[in-house]
Amino acid sequence: MLRALALALCLLSSPLAAEEVVADLSKDEVAITANFDGSDILIYGAVKRDAPAAADPMQVIITVAGPKQEVNVRKKDWRYGIWVNTSAVEVDAAPSFYAVASSGALSDVLTETEDLRHGISIPRAIRSVGAPSDVENATEFTEALIRIRTKKNLYQQLDNTVNLFDETLFSTTIDLPANLVEGPYDTHIFLVRNGVIVDDYATVINVNKVGLERWIYDLAHQKPLIYGLLSLFIAIAAGWMASAVFRYIRF
Amino acid sequence: MQIYLPIAEVSVNAFLLLGLGGIVGILSGMFGVGGGFLMTPLLFFIGIPPAVAVATEANQIVASSFSGVLAHFKRRTVDLKMGVVLLIGGLTGAAIGVQVFTILREMGQVDLLVKLCYVVFLGIIGGLMFFESLRAIRRSKSPTSVPVRKKHGFVHALPFKVKFRTSGLYISVIPPLVVGLFVGILAAIMGVGGGFIMVPAMIYILGMPTKVVIGTSLFQIIFVTAFTTLLHATTNYTVDMALAVLLLVGGVVGAQIGTRIGVKLKAEQLRILLSLMVIGVCAKLALDLLIEPSELFSLGAGGH
Repeated sequence: MLRALALALCLLSSPLAAEEVVADLSKDEVAITANFDGSDILIYGAVKRDAPAAADPMQVIITVAGPKQEVNVRKKDWRYGIWVNTSAVEVDAAPSFYAVASSGALSDVLTETEDLRHGISIPRAIRSVGAPSDVENATEFTEALIRIRTKKNLYQQLDNTVNLFDETLFSTTIDLPANLVEGPYDTHIFLVRNGVIVDDYATVINVNKVGLERWIYDLAHQKPLIYGLLSLFIAIAAGWMASAVFRYIRF
Repeated sequence: MQIYLPIAEVSVNAFLLLGLGGIVGILSGMFGVGGGFLMTPLLFFIGIPPAVAVATEANQIVASSFSGVLAHFKRRTVDLKMGVVLLIGGLTGAAIGVQVFTILREMGQVDLLVKLCYVVFLGIIGGLMFFESLRAIRRSKSPTSVPVRKKHGFVHALPFKVKFRTSGLYISVIPPLVVGLFVGILAAIMGVGGGFIMVPAMIYILGMPTKVVIGTSLFQIIFVTAFTTLLHATTNYTVDMALAVLLLVGGVVGAQIGTRIGVKLKAEQLRILLSLMVIGVCAKLALDLLIEPSELFSLGAGGH
């Protein structure tokens, strides 16, 4: 339904586009179960044309972005002989997960202005409105955010990973790590010619906790007192049981 | 086997958690400490968000303390009367501690203060216990020296004297109340049960026998940490049941084993081991503050 709507919007917004992306995902729901340890998503599709393809080479960029969050980036400094947090920058909206796959090197595929306009490369996907005036080097903080999340595989720049066949068919695999946050993951497929985006196909991957995970999470947020008492009950029952078992086996 | 924790929203190895729970449980049973001062930093280290680690750890301490205290009840090494007096002080202290914590957070730098608290208290207590136990061991090895008579300090000059039969003490209720209160405040600020402060305080300030100290400390810790768990669950939603269950399965088994090891060891040996462990954790935390970290930046949840 959502995808159909997105497609319809796409069609309406660009009636003059000569080229159009048609795409699908291997799955548009990711269920977080108790033993969830990441998920691979295959994104594939084709380019629909009314006229013969233009002469200049076509490129495809695929982005997957998790829910945006506020992040507080802190920096340590040497003060009075010990390392303490001295300055902090609030990044207004950073996706909890971000992968950008492209058919070539991203810096070659896309021009700087297009990147700025659509927020495609990792630094551009993060929005940081303003650092406090007492912080000297604010870009250092967003760089640190990217560095830390890239290390955890939460930010991925995947150059040359979109397979392109005959300027028509394309496919790529996005590897979602285990440490996912719940929510809608906005997925975009951009068609690029000459460094300029000519078409944009948007869809959503829904990441949700299911089963026991869902039940625990809901209980903790909707009935916190019962949840707290239940946690204590489990703790005391387990403590008592271990004691009883050990008394029985007379260790 | 990887397991996804519903509240912490991270995926960790289930066996790692069981093992950590087990090791900390053994120590908890042996020394009568909740193990929070060890487990909480360990949980940070494996990537559990600090807020979740602190809250869930409180829940886990309830389980391992309960398991441990039952073994002590069976052995009649719990001074219930003393426990209740300490508890009254402890709950009052915890309530005050939460207020202090809120004020500190508004001032900023609460992380640093908590760490400094750890380093200072663990350092002082570990050091004192270590040298005291060394002296005790040396004394017992040279039979010629006369054992020192128990000192009658200020503790015995206070009013409201009560008989604590299990501990064999006839002292005022004021010192245990003050000890409970002080430990309660620190426990709330540092996010631990407070056993590692309580145990030495009971031995050195109140003059309780070591064997009774452990059971009584566990008894008091159960109630203080249960109170903390409920507080965290209802205000911050940070108690992770799945994490707690894994930790406590390891923890309760460990606590049973630890209690039995503790009975077999001599009091001095027990104290020297506990002091070494406390000094170890203190040194690790102090080094973290002193040595330049490889990553100067850290990420925290936003919001004002």
